[in-house]
Amino acid sequence: MRQFIFRRTCYSIVTLFILSLTIFAVVRLTGDPALLMTEPGARPEDLARVRALWGLDRPWPIQYAHFLLNILTGDLGTSFNYRMPVSELYFERLPNSLQLALSATLLSFLIGVPAGLLSAVRVNGAWDNIGKVVALTGLAVPGFWLGLVLILVFSVWLAWLPTGGKGDWRNLIMPSIALGWYFAASLLRLTRSSMLEVMRSEYIKLARLKGLPGYVVIAMHGFKNALVPVLTLAGVNLVVMVNAAVIVEVIFAWPGIGRLLYEGIFQRDFPLVQGVVILAGCMIVLVNLFIDILYAYIDPRIRLTK
Amino acid sequence: MTTPYLEVRDLQTHFTTFGGSRVVKAVDGISFSLREGETLGLVGESGCGKTTTCLSIVGLLPPAARIAGGEIRLAGEDLTKKSPREMRRIRGRKIAMILQDPMASLNPLFNIYTQVSEPAYYHLGIRRQSLRRRVEDLLRSVRIPSPAMRMRNYPHQMSGGMRQRIVGAIALAGGPKLIIADEPTTNLDVTIQAQYLDLLKDIQQETGVAIIFVTHNLGIVAKMCDRMAVMYAGKIVECGSVRDLFGAPSHPYTKALLGSMAKLGSKEPLFAIPGQPPDLANLPPGCAFHPRCAEATQHCSEHEPKIVPCGQDWTAKCWLAHPKESLRHDHARA
Ligand SMILES: Nc1ncnc2c1ncn2[C@@H]1O[C@H](COP(=O)(O)OP(=O)(O)OP(=O)(O)O)[C@@H](O)[C@H]1O
Ligand SMILES: [Mg+2]
Repeated sequence: MRQFIFRRTCYSIVTLFILSLTIFAVVRLTGDPALLMTEPGARPEDLARVRALWGLDRPWPIQYAHFLLNILTGDLGTSFNYRMPVSELYFERLPNSLQLALSATLLSFLIGVPAGLLSAVRVNGAWDNIGKVVALTGLAVPGFWLGLVLILVFSVWLAWLPTGGKGDWRNLIMPSIALGWYFAASLLRLTRSSMLEVMRSEYIKLARLKGLPGYVVIAMHGFKNALVPVLTLAGVNLVVMVNAAVIVEVIFAWPGIGRLLYEGIFQRDFPLVQGVVILAGCMIVLVNLFIDILYAYIDPRIRLTK
Repeated sequence: MTTPYLEVRDLQTHFTTFGGSRVVKAVDGISFSLREGETLGLVGESGCGKTTTCLSIVGLLPPAARIAGGEIRLAGEDLTKKSPREMRRIRGRKIAMILQDPMASLNPLFNIYTQVSEPAYYHLGIRRQSLRRRVEDLLRSVRIPSPAMRMRNYPHQMSGGMRQRIVGAIALAGGPKLIIADEPTTNLDVTIQAQYLDLLKDIQQETGVAIIFVTHNLGIVAKMCDRMAVMYAGKIVECGSVRDLFGAPSHPYTKALLGSMAKLGSKEPLFAIPGQPPDLANLPPGCAFHPRCAEATQHCSEHEPKIVPCGQDWTAKCWLAHPKESLRHDHARA
C-alpha cells in the first residue's frame, strides 16, 4: 500500500511538471500583456519599462526557471491586474467555487445515482425510458444554454430567483442546476450501465440462488460493486467542476475561480492564469490520488495486492 | 420404496425471442424424479437444455424464458405455482444450486464469512456467535484449512479449487435437501476435480442430500451417480440406473455418447456422433435424433416415439425400445 502511494505520487509530480511547462508556453502565445497594462498608444520606452518591471523582458527559459522556483517556495507570483499575490486571489475565490461545485455535485449525485439505479433495476420499463431521455438531453444540452434558459424563465419571466451574483441559497440554485445537469446525466448513464453489468454477473446469480431478499441482492451485492466506477467519476467531477465552471460562473456572475481565470485570460494576466491552472492541476492530482486510495479501501483486490 | 423428493412431470420451458416470432423449446416435456439422498446425472450435448431444466426448478429463468407447462413437485408441492416470494424462501433453504464458474460466482467485495453465512442468516435466523460457529463448521466440512482465519479472506486470495469448495459450503449453508450442480467441475484441473467429487460424495453421505449432477462427462456420472437421464434436444431420451444404461443402453444416442467417451489406456479411436444437434426452434419431424441416428428407419423420421419402459425404473424414448406389437399397431394406424 505504501509503495502504491509512493508510485502514484511520483506520477503526479511528473504530470504537474508537464502541466507547468505547457501552461507557461500557452499563456505567452496569447499576446503581450504590456499592451494592456499601459495606455493605448503608449511609447515603446514605456512598454519596455513595464515589461522590465514584470520581468517579461528576460528570455523564456529564465522566466520559466523563476516561475518554477517560485512555485517550489509556494509563491505563484503577483497578478498584473490586481497587483495582489495570485494565491491570495485564488484562495479568496476558492470557497465560492467549492460551494457551487459541492452543491452541483450533490444535486447530480442525488439525481443521477438513484435514477441510474432505478433504470437498471427496471430495465426497459417506463423509468428506464424516462432516464434515457433525461440522460440524452443532459448530455446534449450545453450548460450555458441551460443557464440562459433558466435565467429567462425563473428570473425574467417568473422573477423568482436572482439572475446572478452571490447572496443566499437562492443565488445558488440556478448555477448548480446549470453546472450539475451534465454530470447528473453522465452519472445516470454510468450508474445504469455499471449496475446492469453487475446484475448480469454470476455472483448476483448466486446471491439470488441463496434466496436472499431482493433488496439485499440489489443494494448490497449489486450496488456496492456498481458503485466503484461511479465514485471515481463523482470525485473527478467535483474537481472538474471547481475548475471548469468558467462559463456558468460568468453567466451567473458567480465570483469563483472559473471567472477569475476568465478575467485573467482576457487581461493577459500571465501569473494569474498560470497560478490558477497549476493549482487546478494540483487539486485534480490530489483528488485522483485520494480516489485511488478510496478505491483501494472499497475493493480488497486492490487493497491487498498493492 | 419411498416417494420421490423431487418429481418433474412433463416440464416445458420455452424461450420466446425476436418479439415472440421464434420459440425455442429448450425443455420440451421432460419427466424425472429423484428420491432423498439419490444422485441423478443429467447428461447431453451442449445446448440440449440442461441448464434451463435446472433454472426452471429453482425458479430463476432468464426473462425471455417461461415455464409453458408441467409440474415440478418438491415434497409434494408444485413449485410452478409458487409466488416469487415463496420461491425465494425455498432457494438456498430447500434447494441449493452450484454454478459452473467458481471464479465468477463469489462476490469480490465481500469476505468469505459474509458470503457463506448469508443463507443461514436469512433462512435459519442464526445470529452472531452461533453463526460464526456454523460458518466455521461449514468451511471445515468442505475441507478448508484453518477456517477461522480463512473466513476473513476475500475470494481473490483463494485458489480456484478452494473457491469451488467455498461455493459448496454456501450451497450447504441453508441445510438444503437437494443440491443442483451445473457442471461444477469443468473449470477445475483434473486432480482438483477428483478431490472435489470425492468431497461431494462424502458430504452426501453425511447429510443425505439429493444431488442433480449436470455434466458432459460420463466418467463423472459413472463415479458419482445412481441414476442418469440423457437429454437430447430438450427431451429426456433415456433414463435409468447408471448400471443399466452403461451396461446395455437402449437408445442409440446413449450408445453413441458412451461410444464417444474416452477410454483410458485404450487405443481405439474416439467415436464422435456425426452431425449437429438440431435447432430447438425448428425440430425435425418424427424422432429429433433420427438425422444422426445409425439405426434410424423410415418410421423414425415420420413418427415421434413415446416414452416406454424397458426395465425396472428404466425408460427410453425410441422406436427400437417399443414392443413389436405396438410398433405394428402404430404402423397400421399410420
Ligand atoms: N437467453 C436465451 N434466449 C434464447 N434462447 C436461449 C437462452 N438461453 C438458452 N437458450 C437456448 O436454450 C437451449 C438450451 O440451453 P441450455 O443453456 O439449457 O443448454 P445446456 O444443455 O445447459 O448447454 P451447455 O451444456 O452448453 O451448458 C439452447 O439451445 C439455447 O439456444
Ligand atoms: Mg449449461
